[in-house]
Amino acid sequence: MVKNLNYKPFGEKAILIEWEAQISNEILRDIVCFKQHILKAKNNQISDCIVGYHSLTILYVSEIENFNVEIDELRNIYLTKSLDGEHQPRLWTIPVCYDAGFGIDLVHLSNTNKLPIEQIIKLHSDTIYTVHFIGFLPGFLYLGGLDSQLHFPRKSSPRLRVKKGSVAIGGSQTGVYPQQSAGGWNIIGNTPIPFFNVHQNPPCFASSGDKIQFVPIDVEAYHKLEQEIESGRFHLKAQRIND
Amino acid sequence: MIKVLSSGFYTTIQDLGRKGNAAYGVSMSGVMDTNAARWANYLLQNTQESAVLEVTYGGCKLEFLQDVYICITGADFSARVDEISIPLNKPTKIRRSSVLSLGKRVYGVRSYIAVLGGFQTPSIIGSRSYCKGITQDTVIKRGDILPIKPNKKASIATNANIKLDGSYMYNETIDAHVGPEFNLLSATQKADLESTPYTISHNNNRMGYQLNEPLCNDLKSMFTSAVLPGTVQLTPSGKLIILMRDCQVTGGYPRILQLTEQSINALAQKTTGDGFKFELNFHHF
Repeated sequence: MVKNLNYKPFGEKAILIEWEAQISNEILRDIVCFKQHILKAKNNQISDCIVGYHSLTILYVSEIENFNVEIDELRNIYLTKSLDGEHQPRLWTIPVCYDAGFGIDLVHLSNTNKLPIEQIIKLHSDTIYTVHFIGFLPGFLYLGGLDSQLHFPRKSSPRLRVKKGSVAIGGSQTGVYPQQSAGGWNIIGNTPIPFFNVHQNPPCFASSGDKIQFVPIDVEAYHKLEQEIESGRFHLKAQRIND
Repeated sequence: MIKVLSSGFYTTIQDLGRKGNAAYGVSMSGVMDTNAARWANYLLQNTQESAVLEVTYGGCKLEFLQDVYICITGADFSARVDEISIPLNKPTKIRRSSVLSLGKRVYGVRSYIAVLGGFQTPSIIGSRSYCKGITQDTVIKRGDILPIKPNKKASIATNANIKLDGSYMYNETIDAHVGPEFNLLSATQKADLESTPYTISHNNNRMGYQLNEPLCNDLKSMFTSAVLPGTVQLTPSGKLIILMRDCQVTGGYPRILQLTEQSINALAQKTTGDGFKFELNFHHF
């Protein structure tokens, strides 16, 4: 798969690579594959790679002396990259308690979208979501794949405090708040799984191209899991799947 | 060790920031004015990655619980040790029990206090830079004890011949490369960007500086993509926001300009009401 990419200088130390402007898993796979090949070829020259919906930004350790030369090298890596190194995504299963005590906007969403709460939970947890990238907050995953019946506009005035672990819907997106923060998304549940831990390397278990599925648990299971996590007895595991 | 007697308006520990974790949503952080901070470490013969105190708008008071060499660079907040003025840009030996205070502003916005060997607060994800959501502390507070290395040097070379060119702090020109979405702007918008005298709004902090003068905007929204310190975003309402060191790693507003590293440093020494003009740089291709 060879796509027509656009390369742009982005300040003195970065190059922005853009794909056709759309959200698609096929583009994401190409971005992740290209990123891995760039890191393999130029690891010591690069400080960060930032994935967007249809973009990849390469941050260099030092100023780029000649953008034309550097962009030619990147083009060459893209055209000669093998596909066997292509990312086989990891599927992370995330237990979520959709109890009304956590999902404080469930009733409102159910009334407005005329969907029973059980149906909201089923639609939300049946889908396998794609991690496009991580941004906004450390460990905040931009997930693709929310069922259109669950699309729901953001609140007109954001809450000042959204609890850590809140599972929420904003427009056509769903996500998990990795820390307490202000937020305008509609809260439908909570997970005790930490999405960001400064003492782990890497600090977030997921990365671009991974898959996420939510599994409903009851309040009792939530608290049991919470204790296991607190005492360090719980370890999140992923399975490799074919995309 | 150093004891904080008064924290000042906004004082943090910073180094050259976090690298390698932007893909997990971790901000770069680090000193707002890298120029001044590097200079302070250089004069003390520290490594350039050594952590320093970034003092915004002065007002802080520190008690030294040991002898140590320090060096203050950047903004001038009339630094005094036990009520006696000390010079900027010069290593100075501070005696145990002395009190350093930063008070009245002369120029600039951010001062850097470096100590010999650097501040030894915890390194989290490869950096000591305070950052909300990453480090436990986000600003220093009265009563904090800041760890530093024991003083081993009897003397330090005070190389009086090298002078820092501090003129960038007064510069009213901010150099910027064209940003990824610059070419979506109309000729009028581009001309406005270059000719408008901009002023900094009261919404300015380590995450970003909002400007008072809007730029008429009819651009379509875009899919979220990377942003960097120094990225100038054009919001739907036409407000311009210049992202600074603690900015998020992604954003959804058109990125019309990208400040040069030197201009980020210059902007870090400006505050509410200060003015400048953009000078655009097209030379990349």
